Order: sequence, then C-alpha cells, then structure tokens
Amino acid sequence: MITKRIIPCLDVRNGRVVKGVNFEGVQDVSDPVELARHYSDEGADELVFYDITASVEGRQLFTDVLRRVAEQIFIPLTVGGGINTVEDFDRVLKCGADKVSVNSGAIRNPALIPEAARKYGSQCVVLSADVKRVEGRFHVFSHGGRIDTGMDALEWIRQGVALGAGEVVLNSIDTDGVKQGFDLEMLNAVTAIVDVPVIASGGAGGVQDFVTLFREAPGVDAGLAASIFHFGEVGIPALKQVLAENGINVRRIG
Amino acid sequence: MIAIVDYGVGNLFSLRCSLQSLGLDTVVTADPKAIRNADRVILPGVGAFGDAIDKLRATGLDQTVLEEAAHGKPLLGICLGMQLLFEKGYEFGEHDGLGLLHGSVVPMQGTIPPELKIPQMGWNALIRKRSHPLLREVKEGDCVYFVHSYYAADCDDSLVATTEYGKELTALVAKDNVMGCQFHPEKSGNVGLKILRAFSTVT
Repeated sequence: MITKRIIPCLDVRNGRVVKGVNFEGVQDVSDPVELARHYSDEGADELVFYDITASVEGRQLFTDVLRRVAEQIFIPLTVGGGINTVEDFDRVLKCGADKVSVNSGAIRNPALIPEAARKYGSQCVVLSADVKRVEGRFHVFSHGGRIDTGMDALEWIRQGVALGAGEVVLNSIDTDGVKQGFDLEMLNAVTAIVDVPVIASGGAGGVQDFVTLFREAPGVDAGLAASIFHFGEVGIPALKQVLAENGINVRRIG
Repeated sequence: MIAIVDYGVGNLFSLRCSLQSLGLDTVVTADPKAIRNADRVILPGVGAFGDAIDKLRATGLDQTVLEEAAHGKPLLGICLGMQLLFEKGYEFGEHDGLGLLHGSVVPMQGTIPPELKIPQMGWNALIRKRSHPLLREVKEGDCVYFVHSYYAADCDDSLVATTEYGKELTALVAKDNVMGCQFHPEKSGNVGLKILRAFSTVT
C-alpha cells in the first residue's frame, strides 16, 4: 500500500539554506545541495525548496541551486516561492523541479492554476494555502501568512482543486511554530472536501506529532516540517521507525 | 550509449542526470540515427496516452523504436512510455499503442476502492511476481515512486512486478528485450538507480 510521506522543507535565500544546525557528515548546512543529499540519504520521501528571495539575482541563484540538487538527488523535488506566472513554472521545471507550489500568485490570479495544469499536468501543480482561524472560520492568508484575504479557506481549496491543482499543502498559521502538533481539525476539514493528496504543514514538534497526525487525520498523505529536521530534533530514520512501530506504512531504506 | 527518445513530452532532465550519475553515456535525442547507434533505448513519457502516441508517430520515431526493438536492442519504457508499449490505451478514447507487449492500458477509476486517491502519487512497494535481471539488486519491500491514473491490464505474459493500491497494479513488465516500468526510476532514490544500472547491463 502507498506509504505516508515525510517531507523536509528548506527555505532558501540568495542560494543558501536559511536555518539549520550541523549534522554529522554535513560540512555546510547552509548549502542546499549538501543538506538535500543528507535528507535523501536519511530517507526523506520528497524535498520542498522554498525560495524566500526577493531579488532577481537571488532568483537566479535559486534556480542554479535547484539544478545542482536535481543533478544529484533523485527523489521528487517541489519548489515554491515567487511563482506568479506560467513562465515561473517553466523556469523551475527546466531546472529539475517535479512539482511547483503556488500560493499568493494563485490568490491574485486563480487562472494560473488551470493554465499550468493544462501545460504541465495537474500532478505538477500544488496549491499551498496558509490558513488561520478568524472568528470561527478558516481564512486564507497571503504574502507569507501576513495578509488576511478574507476568503474562506475550504472554499478556496475546493476551487483550487477544481481548477486543476493536483495536491494541497495546508499550512496552519494557528499551529505553525507552536510545536504542539499538527492542526488535525483543519486538516480533517480539508481532506473531507478534496480527493487529491493533502500535505500537513505547521506544528510538528516531535515524533509523536507525526504518529498522531497519521492516526487522527487518516486522509492526510504527508507530513512536512522544517525546523525540527534542520535543528536535528527529529531524525528521519528514527521518525520512520516509530511510525512503522505504530502501524503506519512508511518507506524504509537501507 | 543509452538513447533517451525525445519526442516532445515531459521533462527529461532528471532521467538524463540519473543515468549520468551512474557514469552511463546518455544522449537525449530525436535523431533516428542516434537511436540506431545507441546500445539501449529509453522511451520516456508523461501526459495523456493519445497525445503522446500521436506525437511519437508525428516524429516518425515510433518506427525507429519498433525497428530497434525488433533487432533485439534493450528498450525500457518509463511511466507513460511503458504504457505506449502495449496494444491499446483507453485514456480519452481508444488509441493504438506500439503493440510490443500484449495488454491494454485502462483507468484505475472504477477498478480500485473509491476512497483511494487518483492518481496514485507517492512511494509504494514492489511485489515481485517473477525474477528478472532488472530487479537483481532490489529487495522485497523496496519502494519506488509512482504518479499515474492508468495501469496496464491483461499483461500476464510480461508481468514482472506489481504494486498494491486497492488491488495489484502492474509496476514492471518485460518480454525479451522490451521492458517497462510504471514508476519513475529516476525519482525513486537508490532503488531506482539500481534498476537503471541493471538496465544498462541487461542483455
């Protein structure tokens, strides 16, 4: 049966990974290529590269980095950040990305989703949504979670999938950074209304949070996290060991 | 030399890089002569069956692939490229494939439990049905990466491995020098590289 995926997310600014600590055997944790190889060797099922660069020069560095990773790391690579046009899709896909996630760009211009899906296939288009509770409803936030669009998140995600998004990354602003576990209520609300894979993001504080995620939100396909992996709090082999012991089907390597 | 047939579908960057990382001479080409000169041929593909087979025929490379296969040259179809090896494809209508393998490509929808998502996207284990050189370094339970909504059916005579997704779906096929994998070996980590390396020496 298909396995639940574990996905480290790397924030890249001007060609360097923004945060991280030293791992054994990794000379330079801010080098995206070294870090990507480390995670791939450890059994990460996919990697997300998030471009938080603002400048044109930074964008160029990002695609250079992406190409170097894709030349050497042979697991699925997803790219997000600064994707506003089909040309942006083209730019990163040519450098070896397998999937591209859209967020603010699709909020501004929802037609980006069907345009990209027609050209590259739905499996290539990931809708990433930053969602927060506002007066008892789930609202979509844009611009890295800073601006309340006022849009109903469930309606937006349903629309995004209908437009052709083949996967959803749901980032709960409410649980992000709190390290008290994933937002199970929000995740279950989303998996109930879409039939594409849903990736949980925001809130992972330890191994047990992933066990709880896959048990309590069985419609979720993957767990994504950044800091707990980068700061070495959770190692992927140990995480997968515990998930397997809890009856959750994961890919083991070695 | 391994020739990757470039007929205008899909991104061949990772496939080329994965072969090069194994130290294998690789060319991405639409030139029939380069394909004829290669020792082995890979037929890639993503997208829809009908669109892809039309493009392959429009380039005339379908004939080159058929001729080289008939000469006994090892041929590996990947993902949609594997599906094209069969007789028929039923994605948006009925289409004739290359007919190198018996069987047809049919939708998962309606044949797997409705709670399972389509496409199957992610890592799933290979279930070996018979031994084959392509799997010589692959262990029981090893996972590979799938992205597909259709699968090859009625292909018992070429079936090598399946994967469990509501039912057993065709994952790897081989008949003499014609081979195909539904999954993406170039995205399947070390297991995928082992399969590609095995293809580079299979005779």
